[in-house]
Amino acid sequence: MAEDLRYIVKSIVGEENFIDMTPNRSNNYCCGGGGGFLQSGFNEQRLEFGRLKDEQIKATGADYCIAGCHNCHDQIHKLSEHYGGNYPVVHLWTMICLSLGILGPNEREYLGDDLKEVNVFHPETAI
Amino acid sequence: MAEPAIKLGGKRKSIFIDKVKEILPEGGNLNLCLTCGACSSGCPATGLEGMDPRKFLRMAALGMDEEIMSTPWVWMCTLCQRCIYVCPMKIDIPQLVHNVRASWPREKRPKGIIGSCDMALRNDSCSAMGATPEDFTFVVEDVLEEYKEAQPEFADMEAPVDKQGAEFFLNQNSREPVTEPDEMVPLWKILHLAGANWTYGSKGWGGENYCMFLADDDAWKHIIKTSVNHAEDLGCKIYLNTE
Ligand code: SF4
Ligand code: SF4
Repeated sequence: MAEDLRYIVKSIVGEENFIDMTPNRSNNYCCGGGGGFLQSGFNEQRLEFGRLKDEQIKATGADYCIAGCHNCHDQIHKLSEHYGGNYPVVHLWTMICLSLGILGPNEREYLGDDLKEVNVFHPETAI
Repeated sequence: MAEPAIKLGGKRKSIFIDKVKEILPEGGNLNLCLTCGACSSGCPATGLEGMDPRKFLRMAALGMDEEIMSTPWVWMCTLCQRCIYVCPMKIDIPQLVHNVRASWPREKRPKGIIGSCDMALRNDSCSAMGATPEDFTFVVEDVLEEYKEAQPEFADMEAPVDKQGAEFFLNQNSREPVTEPDEMVPLWKILHLAGANWTYGSKGWGGENYCMFLADDDAWKHIIKTSVNHAEDLGCKIYLNTE
């Protein structure tokens, strides 16, 4: 699974543009979005839990972070804002469709400003 | 600065950890701890509420039931299982945490998690946001029609609900249909281009399962059963969990 996902991401962004975080794969750290934490009301503790993840992401120097699931997306998005990294956090499907040239104007909520206008599919349908 | 030493009670009583050991395969290896600390050193929840996984396990092993049953830390461990992965003895600390969660009176558990679980029990959708099967089906059909028209290359795209005999049963996080329906479309496009024969289900489509996190085991089981039974009724071969 971990290797399949790397294959897909590298195919989309180009081998040279993929930066793994450290540690990675099964040694990686949970971002803090799981286990019900998002809805538990312990928001301060949740952000503290996620500090490791935010530092890991910043250490890669990557422009974007791709999240594999909704809980992670939600949590890492908040980490990016809270700790001031302000790196965009995107779903994998967004990047796949962008690379295929089929990502419409209304499917770009989470892309950063650098990619918002890139290769827009049916730009005339923007709302 | 060192923390004050933990004081132990007198004689050994029947303790919570023994009950948990009885219900886990291999007892969750809960009595094999070497106190090496590998779990704690890589746990992002270490330090929250003055707790960490090794300490939690040691306190449980020492019979400090009151302390482990009352610390809100059990709601801050995300059950991510990294501690099991790095543990030389493969000790199942998250299962211990889950069982402690389950020992809290339901109404004392975090309100937000209770609320999301209760929403999922309201109707057959099993959606933590409470959306009904009718609402979900309507949104999917509506968005699909819109995109087929706006992007004619995808005029043949499908996003079926309850398609009998589809190969894949796909669940869906509630956030998209309820708050940002356009975000469902990229995945539909990928499935379309891949030629996948897939379907959503009107029952059990909600991908999130807060009853599991709430440690309400009966409700958790109800949600899984609703979804899987429906996938089986439709004759689907593969269950795709998008969560
Ligand atoms: S990693 Fe395993 S053996 Fe080591 S302290 Fe943690 S639970 Fe005990
Ligand atoms: S399962 Fe809980 S205790 Fe274990 S590493 Fe994850 S957060 Fe820490």
